[in-house]
Amino acid sequence: MAEPEKTLDKVDQLKGKVWKVGDDIDTDVIIAARYLNRSEGEYLAEHCLEDLLPNLTAKVKPGDILVAGKNFGCGSSREHAPVALKYAGFSCVIAHSFARIFYRNAINIGLPVIVAPEVAEAVPEGVILEVEPATGVIRDLTNGQTYRGEAFPPFMLEILSAGGAIPYVRKKVNRRDV
Amino acid sequence: MKRVQVTEGISARCGENILLERYLERGSDEQVGMTITEKILAAHAGLEEVSAGDLLTAKLDLVLANDITGPLAIKEFAKIGVEKVFDQDKVVLIPDHFAPAKDIPSAQQCFEVKCFAQKQQLKHYYEVGRNGIEHCFLPEQGLVVPGDVVIGADSHTCTYGGLGAFSTGVGSTDLAVGMAQGELWFRVPETMKVVLNGKPKNPWVSGKDYILAVIGKIGVDGARYMAMEFTGEAISALSMDGRLTMANMAIEAGAKNGIIAPDEKTVEYVKGRAQRPWKLYQSDADAVYHAVVELDVTDLQPQVAYPHLPSNVKDVAVAAAAKLPIDQVVIGSCTNGRWEDLWTAAQILKNKKVHPDVRVIVIPGTQDIYLQAVREGLVEIFIQAGAVVSTPTCGPCLGGYMGILAKGERAVSTTNRNFIGRMGHPESEIYLTNPAVAAASAVLGRIAAPEEVV
Repeated sequence: MAEPEKTLDKVDQLKGKVWKVGDDIDTDVIIAARYLNRSEGEYLAEHCLEDLLPNLTAKVKPGDILVAGKNFGCGSSREHAPVALKYAGFSCVIAHSFARIFYRNAINIGLPVIVAPEVAEAVPEGVILEVEPATGVIRDLTNGQTYRGEAFPPFMLEILSAGGAIPYVRKKVNRRDV
Repeated sequence: MKRVQVTEGISARCGENILLERYLERGSDEQVGMTITEKILAAHAGLEEVSAGDLLTAKLDLVLANDITGPLAIKEFAKIGVEKVFDQDKVVLIPDHFAPAKDIPSAQQCFEVKCFAQKQQLKHYYEVGRNGIEHCFLPEQGLVVPGDVVIGADSHTCTYGGLGAFSTGVGSTDLAVGMAQGELWFRVPETMKVVLNGKPKNPWVSGKDYILAVIGKIGVDGARYMAMEFTGEAISALSMDGRLTMANMAIEAGAKNGIIAPDEKTVEYVKGRAQRPWKLYQSDADAVYHAVVELDVTDLQPQVAYPHLPSNVKDVAVAAAAKLPIDQVVIGSCTNGRWEDLWTAAQILKNKKVHPDVRVIVIPGTQDIYLQAVREGLVEIFIQAGAVVSTPTCGPCLGGYMGILAKGERAVSTTNRNFIGRMGHPESEIYLTNPAVAAASAVLGRIAAPEEVV
């Protein structure tokens, strides 16, 4: 999987058009197992959410934001799911709540995931949102409304600021070698 | 500061049997009881005491991956910059999902896993023919034991809680870290105590029905991030196969792990299999529970989870009355591919014929189960009835191969998920049941209660 390119340190703002999905979106729907015989991000992205929103990938522009309901990413532990979303062009996922394995996988591969129940309920599809990952502040640029997402705990910030789980561990390993 | 337990009231969603005991404050000078999950995590983190919400780094007893998640984990492992895995005896790789390989890309993935195992000289790589579905195989072979901390790049890794181990599913990156370091960070989960009282009157009610009923009650995110601790007289009476089935589906309620306190049955099961010493943990009487769910199983009927969520349950009588014709039945998987499951299905299919409009795919969970099924005549019963018996594989459960559904087809399956498109075409339907209901449905060509057939 590609190294996470974006970290909270490096990314000032995430901005893009909102795509909405409902509650309990499972990882089989995000990327069906029939595509799991390959693991390249570009290939997975082509089939991202296709059973729910056909041809989505063709319509998503880099930076766009997926806004979901409760329990986003439930089911299988496949890391292919956050990878597919990232390569499809989504800059982040905002949800009412996340399933735990998905949440952890997303952080590990460098896809910001933000818990913000208010946004999940109030923001309609198609508006432009701007997210400040460091503060959790989310702005609706169409009407100026501001929301606050859940801040990352310090432990996770450390992983994110290292650029994801692998660079984080690599740093630790190198430190030990010295 | 004192710890206060408050019975907060009744959650509208969960019904009258749920009490929320919320942990409010805790004094630093006060010893507080711990749950099994907390005790196991504390012991593996070198800590005396932990409580829900604590972040810790735990030593791993076993790290598991398969042919889908393994290749990604291997790729990430290569980036970390260590040559060798932390312990060649503690990394288990099993090609089971799309194995024996269904196509060239799948073959490539299986081959990558095998090459890594060879290069790393892993003790526990198991090739097709000497393996099984990972979560059936590991407990059977004594590779996991009570008291372990196990991570697996597969969400159903929570199965081993049935033995009294802490086990949880992770992604490929976490798995790579685990392979490199032999430890991983965890947040200690809150525990939901699930108390199952009574003895079911219906002889066909199994561990699968208990867990489906619980998920139906609390929803697919009802135990999100939590440990589900199953207890009560119905659990004590439950077989080891039934307990593994229950812990297996804890993830379907969003849980981090499912766990059952080990007892004499556990020790009996583990004896003669365990490849390492084990340790038995019990929850303290004053352990803190985030929530308590109680269910009386006395009048419980076999459950049927309708599309497209495992929480969408109805009693089998209701489903049978709907007389929905079916096209396929799958009996197998890490949820219900164990000996007891096959034996139960065989009791129903004995001297019966599969309905002309239905195909039945029986998948023993491991080679040992398969061999026992041959020796004890189960395979003959299945073939005489008109079913196919497959090599152990996850295959159809996740829509891989060996039983993909066409547009508009309807399946009854003993597997664990009925999400949209899980077993094939997005417009196909999956109804989750226990093996007895699946077998009865195979005979009648529609969802059926076992007593309609036997």
